[in-house]
Amino acid sequence: MNLKLKIWRQKGPGDKGHFMDFEAKEISTDMSFLEMMDVVNEQLIRENKDPVEFDHDCREGICGACSMVINGNPHGPQMATATCQLHMRSFKDGDTIVVEPFRAKAFPIVRDLVVDRSAFDRIIKAGGFISANTGSAQDANDLPVGKEEADLAFAAATCIGCGACVATCKNASASLFVAAKVAHLSLLPQGQAEREQRVIKMVAAMDAEGFGACTNTQACSAVCPKEISQENIARMNRDFAKYSAKSR
Amino acid sequence: MATHEKLKSNSPSGPIENRWDKHRFDMKLVNPANKRKHTIIIIGTGLAGASAAASLAELGYHVKSFCINDSPRRAHSIAAQGGINAAKNYQNDGDSVYRLFYDTVKGGDFRSRESNVYRLSQISPAIIDHCVALGVPFAREYGGLLDNRSFGGAQVSRTFYARGQTGQQLLLGAYSAMMRQVAQKNVEMYPRREMLDLVLINGQARGITVRNLLTGEIESHAGDAVILASGGYGNVYYLSTNAMNSNASASWRCHKKGAFFANPCFTQIHPTCIPRSGHYQSKLTLMSESLRNDGRVWVPKNKGDRRPPNEIPESERDYYLERIYPSFGNLVPRDVASRQAKFRVDEQRGVGPTSEAVYLDFADAIKRLGEEKISEKYGNLFEMYEKITGENPYKVPMRIYPAVHYTMGGLWVDYNLQSTIPGLHVLGEANFSDHGANRLGASALMQGLADGYFIIPYTLGHYIATAKMEKITTDHEAFKESREEVTQRLNKLLSIKGKRSVDDIHKELGAIMWEHVGMSRNAEGLKQAVEKVRKLREEFWQNVKIPGTPDYKNSEIEKATRLADFLELGELMAEDALERAESCGGHFREEYQTPEHEALRRDEGFSHVAAWEFEGSGTSMKWARHQEELEFEYVHPSQRSYK
Repeated sequence: MNLKLKIWRQKGPGDKGHFMDFEAKEISTDMSFLEMMDVVNEQLIRENKDPVEFDHDCREGICGACSMVINGNPHGPQMATATCQLHMRSFKDGDTIVVEPFRAKAFPIVRDLVVDRSAFDRIIKAGGFISANTGSAQDANDLPVGKEEADLAFAAATCIGCGACVATCKNASASLFVAAKVAHLSLLPQGQAEREQRVIKMVAAMDAEGFGACTNTQACSAVCPKEISQENIARMNRDFAKYSAKSR
Repeated sequence: MATHEKLKSNSPSGPIENRWDKHRFDMKLVNPANKRKHTIIIIGTGLAGASAAASLAELGYHVKSFCINDSPRRAHSIAAQGGINAAKNYQNDGDSVYRLFYDTVKGGDFRSRESNVYRLSQISPAIIDHCVALGVPFAREYGGLLDNRSFGGAQVSRTFYARGQTGQQLLLGAYSAMMRQVAQKNVEMYPRREMLDLVLINGQARGITVRNLLTGEIESHAGDAVILASGGYGNVYYLSTNAMNSNASASWRCHKKGAFFANPCFTQIHPTCIPRSGHYQSKLTLMSESLRNDGRVWVPKNKGDRRPPNEIPESERDYYLERIYPSFGNLVPRDVASRQAKFRVDEQRGVGPTSEAVYLDFADAIKRLGEEKISEKYGNLFEMYEKITGENPYKVPMRIYPAVHYTMGGLWVDYNLQSTIPGLHVLGEANFSDHGANRLGASALMQGLADGYFIIPYTLGHYIATAKMEKITTDHEAFKESREEVTQRLNKLLSIKGKRSVDDIHKELGAIMWEHVGMSRNAEGLKQAVEKVRKLREEFWQNVKIPGTPDYKNSEIEKATRLADFLELGELMAEDALERAESCGGHFREEYQTPEHEALRRDEGFSHVAAWEFEGSGTSMKWARHQEELEFEYVHPSQRSYK
């Protein structure tokens, strides 16, 4: 099939940026979206133009490197799917596809579709861990975890750190990302010792990075490639309210 | 031939079960107050690199950690699906440290070092304990205890898992432990940096030269030791299950500085991947081996049967793994399963639009357990399959075909995980150590974490405590020379301004490697491969086209520097495969097979590690082949049988 593309080009954080029009021809429906972008880039290189920069790595929907807002949706039109797992059979011959970077104040643009998501690492650094030194653990089965809690913790822990939740949120809030980690660890018995401090520190780090507040539109869960549930934000808010009141 | 003097394994002697304990006691320690005076450079933040960074920082060392991605959490360990082995015997099914050791030595077709494998197996239970302590949400039974599944090459259930995302969960555990150390300022994190050279001073590894991938700046970093945990080299084939950015450059730069490269021809072709669909294909996707717990592999009995699978009656199907290997059935090791799939396709009994596939069918398991149970076990894998192929595996059998997945070869290391360069330690997939000629499923995660959490913290301390080093900074002449060399090479690449894109040349390299150094190999083809790779390398240096300039995020430059190294490594892989005139594990030489087409080892001539020393210069390749003889005191080499 043939497609019309409008792709965001921007040389760096200081550049104003613009859309580039591009005609992608003879695209197979079995291609992934990123393979279609590879074809675009091959052609740009042939024409002595700069290829479009975009982040990608595993192309299996798990590393969280790929981003892109496709026709207004982070990761494109298909639910529960990262851009790298989106296939061209989701589009029709003659479609116009608009491709933009994830936009948020806390995700400055590096180049074209590449943004800087290091704020997420700094939030994890603030408390997204259990302090257990190597070598000090007890036998793994000494600490039973009910299957239900274990499954809920796992579901929260599947977050790939892509930032789609931020890109879609009208407030550019990182609540779903932070809540996923807070919930993963606070649902497990191993995470209890640091439960209070963790939520307070991680929420403070999120605010300091310039992410907005959550107004419960639930757009984040709708675009999340791993379908991280809104319930985690409730879990985070409950803990945050409880422990920040206590710490005063 | 005797073992080369630089290839002394330094394995302790005595009863195998006491070796690691004895060695740990014999190694020198570094006083806690002195540890913070030592800077350790770690390249890579996958399971091995992140766990090493966390553990060494917890001990008090000052760690500088480097990765090519925007975040350390994106390392390709994240994509490992099925699980991690550990000899816990929680299932009461006869597992033990010795059995895991035995299975791994046998699974590796008797081409690994017994002492290392035993240690790995001994450490495995502690890995599970530690990961649980870090909050890794492994799958559990209703009673709250840990669940296990089975993997290929074993008759016990010893694989711990977190649905089909075990690698992700283990990596996020190691990443979070490392980020805690970043917060405590014991680890300095340098993302988007690519190592382009190793800096040696007085023959010791003392630093690295890296390229900042955002600005193009060439930076120097000095330390007291360098740990390489940069993964494998499967992307030499262009199409593999590796991530797009996975590459061999850090290892290769070290090799060219004197680190011997061991068994480069030992590559693992994974039997269950989604078949390729067209020339635009950029990578291949694995379907976890765990699927072979419940999926049955088959092809039509009749050649060229083009009927859809549901129209082929039971009596006209050949469940060939169950037929040939009744005791292991669908759970034979990867090398065996891959080879058998290739044979079926070669017999023109392949299926699907390209006829390069076999079926992996869940109909019986769904009938037995119900769709819900199957979805609970493999839901995310089934979804992934459907996204890529557009077919629903609950209704139609999966089509699968082998693809390059893992490299058992890598930089040679001794029992202390030190390469032939003093101070350069190599962990995880980047080293050659524990898997011999074929890695068993769920053992890569085990090895990466064993190396990082539980081995390097001891052996590195011994090196730091015993090595004599002068105090240096990046002002040392060696750093300047390295920066100049790296810059010159980059400038040379950028000045070519040829006609072919990097990907175009890489695809051609991949095709050569897959055809001649793939699932089955022969002397004639390997000789051709050497010639073709040399020619292509020449063409690359005259005709590659790299757009733009180096002073911003320019992926084409990244790809070009990596391809330049793959074009050298590819030649060595073919040389190694040619010299190893036997079949073992994933290395199948057509000339050496049993009447039943199983791999025929030649222990009298090849019971050794082949370690290659670089003797060329620049882009002219020359190597010397050395040997480390392998001794088997416990698991006696026999014809591997899974029948």
